[in-house]
Amino acid sequence: MDIALFIEKAAIILVVFGITMLIALYSTFGERIFASYFQDRLGPNRAGPGGILQPLADGVKMFTKEDFIPDTPNKFLFIFGPFLFMTTALVTSSVIPWGDTLNLFGRSIVLQAADINVAVLFVFGVVSIGVYGIMLGGWASNNKFSLLGAVRASSQMISYEVAMGLSIIAVLMLTGTLSLRSIVQQQHGFIDWSGSIPWFSWNVFKQPIAFMVFLICAFAETNRTPFDLPECESELVGGYHTEYSSMKLGFYLFAEYINMFISSALIAIIFFGGFNYPGMDWASGHIGGNVATLLGVGVMFAKTLFGIFFYMWVRWTVPRFRYDQLMNLGWKVLIPLSIANIVVTGAVILLTGK
Amino acid sequence: MTTEFKSISLSGRKKDVSNKDMTFMEKLYLPAIAKGMGITLRHFFKPKVTIQYPEVKREFSPVYRGRHILMRDENGAERCTACGLCALSCPAEAITMTSGERKKGEENLYREEKYASTYEINMLRCIFCGLCEEACPKEAIFLTQDMPPADYQREGFIYGKEKLVMKNEQ
Ligand code: SF4
Ligand code: SF4
Repeated sequence: MDIALFIEKAAIILVVFGITMLIALYSTFGERIFASYFQDRLGPNRAGPGGILQPLADGVKMFTKEDFIPDTPNKFLFIFGPFLFMTTALVTSSVIPWGDTLNLFGRSIVLQAADINVAVLFVFGVVSIGVYGIMLGGWASNNKFSLLGAVRASSQMISYEVAMGLSIIAVLMLTGTLSLRSIVQQQHGFIDWSGSIPWFSWNVFKQPIAFMVFLICAFAETNRTPFDLPECESELVGGYHTEYSSMKLGFYLFAEYINMFISSALIAIIFFGGFNYPGMDWASGHIGGNVATLLGVGVMFAKTLFGIFFYMWVRWTVPRFRYDQLMNLGWKVLIPLSIANIVVTGAVILLTGK
Repeated sequence: MTTEFKSISLSGRKKDVSNKDMTFMEKLYLPAIAKGMGITLRHFFKPKVTIQYPEVKREFSPVYRGRHILMRDENGAERCTACGLCALSCPAEAITMTSGERKKGEENLYREEKYASTYEINMLRCIFCGLCEEACPKEAIFLTQDMPPADYQREGFIYGKEKLVMKNEQ
């Protein structure tokens, strides 16, 4: 293997890992700040200037708490649960294209850890393994509430994965590829002038229904309000992580924020053109390719961060669904809707012959 | 839909809740959610109500009843004569004191012949009703605008004369 390629990939993986961690860390802070701003409060602002050291304080608190393991016959699974949840949350970031190619040291560097041609399938596969993290943790806790939370989590995630997969199929019929990189490149620029009628090139304008379904399912998959039934405090104490303490609890909470970050990135890539932005051709022609690429990375992160903000915004607006409402929405609304969307998309593709 | 439950009313006072069917727009939920998100976003940019306590202090009303002070008269002598009326009037039984007799040469310290040699108020019992202030015949005890500060120990809330008596300079 080419040693330079190895170094390049290792650097990208490390940077992506670091940025993922940093963003997840500051999402916890952002969550608290935004929550309080939505509620006319100021939020944590005492640790460091403006409170920016708060995540560190939280981290220290988490690490120094007593690490309690309940009297359970499944000690290994109890420890394995948060580990698995965290790992699966982190692994998905490897296939996400963060930017176009950079030309440095005479090499063209692809800003992506691994450009595999089945990236969409890979993401779905890994995300569904994440359910095991919750399920194992909840089951091994040897506690009714944990088990109920875990059962809720798994049935919720499995139901919504169906709708999510179906909604994405309509998009894949348009793109004709499973590689996230090609999906992004197909959404080049902002307005597509090549067709008979100029139309926005981003998928959200071509597949708005698929986007809505995907967005709702993403909320359910990441266990965020209004679908945070696995951990609803008012009914289940803490849900699947009732028995967890110290950094194991921290891993669960932290992985939730990583999931949020990754799913926002995914939404940005599939529907909002990833690192494409209006006027990118002008930028690469007039300012230089590398600058345009870096701008693209910035745009990508801006879209992702807005996604995270949107998650929080919804969380502090919409109350939690009841469980039967959740299942009704998933099975009776979203799945038929996405199937209808597939049929319509197929008909349109057939008629226009594209 | 819920007609079979309608007749069951053990107390005879059951109200029929309106369970009207939602229109299509209402069933979509999304317009309502968008509206709600508009409301929360408006609150996001509203001025915040938080008062940053140690730096900014909330203004109290002029009749605010805070921690107590034992006054001195214009010559700097303590006004309290340990009559015990404040302790008697206190509904929370927060005040205890012992009286002492003024010796010769202490006239500049205590105004009356009898004075409080110890005087304690338990700030954890006190309900800041101000009845002690009202009961005092010598205008010795007053409630100020301050709050008693926090403490780590319960003992720290039993205020003796060293904390209650007005400082001499002022
Ligand atoms: S304020 Fe009321 S409760 Fe407090 S010491 Fe005076 S009389 Fe007692
Ligand atoms: S403070 Fe007033 S009421 Fe209380 S003992 Fe002294 S003089 Fe009497």
